[in-house]
Amino acid sequence: MSTEKFDAIVVGAGPAGTSAALTMAKGGLSVALIERGESPGAKNVFGGVVYKWPLEEMIPKFWEKAPIERKIIDHRMVILGKDSGFSVSYKDDYLGMETRGGFTALRSRFDPWFAQQAEEAGATLVTSMPVSEVIEEGGRVVGIRAGRGKENELYAQAIVAADGVMSTVLQKAGIRGPPAAEDVAIGLKEVIELPSDTIESRFNLKRGYGARLDYLGSVARGKSGGGFVYTNSNTLSVGIAVLLSHLLELRCKPYEILDEFKSHPVVAPLLEGGRVKEYQAHLIPEGGLQSIPPLASRGVLAVGDAAMLCLYPEGTNMAMASGVMAGKTILESKKTGDFSIQRLMLYERLMKESYIFKEHSRKKNYHNVLTSGDRFNTDYPDAITEIMRNILVVDGVDRGTKHAAARKVIRDKVGYVRVLRDLYRDIWSALPW
Amino acid sequence: MVSEAGVGPNILLAVKQVPDVSELRLDPVTHSLLREGVPSVLNPYDRYALEAGLRLKEIHGGRLTVVSMGPPQARKALQESLALGADEAVLLTDRAFAAADTWATAYTLSVFAKTIPFNMVLTGLKAIDGETSQVGAELAEFLDIPHASYVRKIDLRGDMQGVTIERQLENGYDVWELPLPCLLMVAKEFGQPRLATLQGYIRAKRQKIRILTAHDLEALGANSAYFGLKGSPTFIPKVSPPPAKPPGTIWSGDPKESVRKLVDALSREGFV
Repeated sequence: MSTEKFDAIVVGAGPAGTSAALTMAKGGLSVALIERGESPGAKNVFGGVVYKWPLEEMIPKFWEKAPIERKIIDHRMVILGKDSGFSVSYKDDYLGMETRGGFTALRSRFDPWFAQQAEEAGATLVTSMPVSEVIEEGGRVVGIRAGRGKENELYAQAIVAADGVMSTVLQKAGIRGPPAAEDVAIGLKEVIELPSDTIESRFNLKRGYGARLDYLGSVARGKSGGGFVYTNSNTLSVGIAVLLSHLLELRCKPYEILDEFKSHPVVAPLLEGGRVKEYQAHLIPEGGLQSIPPLASRGVLAVGDAAMLCLYPEGTNMAMASGVMAGKTILESKKTGDFSIQRLMLYERLMKESYIFKEHSRKKNYHNVLTSGDRFNTDYPDAITEIMRNILVVDGVDRGTKHAAARKVIRDKVGYVRVLRDLYRDIWSALPW
Repeated sequence: MVSEAGVGPNILLAVKQVPDVSELRLDPVTHSLLREGVPSVLNPYDRYALEAGLRLKEIHGGRLTVVSMGPPQARKALQESLALGADEAVLLTDRAFAAADTWATAYTLSVFAKTIPFNMVLTGLKAIDGETSQVGAELAEFLDIPHASYVRKIDLRGDMQGVTIERQLENGYDVWELPLPCLLMVAKEFGQPRLATLQGYIRAKRQKIRILTAHDLEALGANSAYFGLKGSPTFIPKVSPPPAKPPGTIWSGDPKESVRKLVDALSREGFV
């Protein structure tokens, strides 16, 4: 049996891999999209929000046909104290039009639909096939192996590694090792079932529209972590993420953090009466700019989580955008017939000029914020609780005195210099907006 | 595609797509199977029949056609058959076929089978969802050919005039000779089924699955009154789990006393 060669092999049919495959298939390339799960979406986990950009570039008016749970019109950011919550929210129907504010989705529905678009464009999707090895020739990766024998080998002009945070392809190709414990968070998520009208009344929503609640502060016992509650049609996606190195310091089970989050007085009423339908866990890249591996190396283009392209709270957009750029790069190579390692470096150039790198550069201190100090997880939330309680309890003490007390709290808990420095720099890395 | 008919045996294999039992759940209230969102897979018993077909093809050449009746998602089971090396896949799919019992299923499959030349029909022993083990035998009756079940070994004569098989029994095995064409229901003792390869899946993706609807089968002479629910003589008034076993009784203490109690109990129940 002759072994045919594809223009490109994409390993992993998540948002990044499928974007690459779709982009290339639409350009007329022969593409094999290889997924280890029984179906796309079977093995991966995400919080639950997908964005209009760059999905629209690939599938115009996708919102008319994609399996969308709810269009997000209400964005709430909540800073949790030990028993309290300080929220800022923005609600706007404008964000719901054409899913401008993003939409919630479930992997088991969205990923198969998305991969089907790539298939219809001409990509060859193969499922239940874990890629276990790369095939190297002349200093570059020329193919992959998914088992023993020639029949399990596949060759291509270029390889796209879209196989997630633990990327077998990148590790086997020696492009990067397993991520360090301080560069990943462990994410835990439950899908909790509630009737859709309960969700709508509880979150003050119209049918078809949704809210995303992102929680900061005291989520993970004073360590770096965040929580979320996203509304789906008749479920809630509820989860936490804790930096793995911090979880190791806490010496507790990750689900204990999730249980604490779920029973927090600010969160618990939202979930009341819900039934846990699914439980998922996954590693999330949190290393920021410095953890991004060589993007185009030895014939392999790294995209999505494999390239550590997550930046709180976004991920699916960066996965898709990187997939599109990898796809465009290989399309360019096809045009000129030049698949040299040098030529594939175009991907890295495209990436460096893109939203992804601009965001990563802007939040270049993100990793520092996560790993150093606990003012964002303890000091600020404690100060906010103390100040707000003092101000909002009407007890005959005048506000002038209370404001003076508030200034003292800030001075004692964090210090003015610290606050100014954080406002100038680190806070913008810590906030989701 | 160049037809290989006439070179070796034409083998027809009937397969079923079943829900992946490892992902099946019961509704806690109604106790019915929750099928929504449960992926469908090739019936595991059919893998042995497919393996038998592939091995016969390796020895004798010929052509292996796989047919399934089921909803559109049965494509996946057929695609897997193609990935493993089947030559052609046919899906009989139509709302009119829905809720067919084994009789109506066997009838529908037989209509298609009569339209192609075959020397042998293979099926699995049973499906893991219904566990009736009836469709194979019924299909043989509709086709008016002999059949054997629990087949663990198949020796096809090179002149295509007969086949010697071994049937797995509880304490041994039978050796039978059957004329061709015949239908064989293959047991798991036949041997470990192979795994599909990456190249196999890619080839399978490029092969078209032939789709036949109720209308198509009618055009081939089928009586549509025998399709699906309305063609099914089986009527299921109720599905209930097996009754829980009553707890046993244990007598301990003095053996003589215990034996006396046991004899009393047995005579009270009318056993002695």
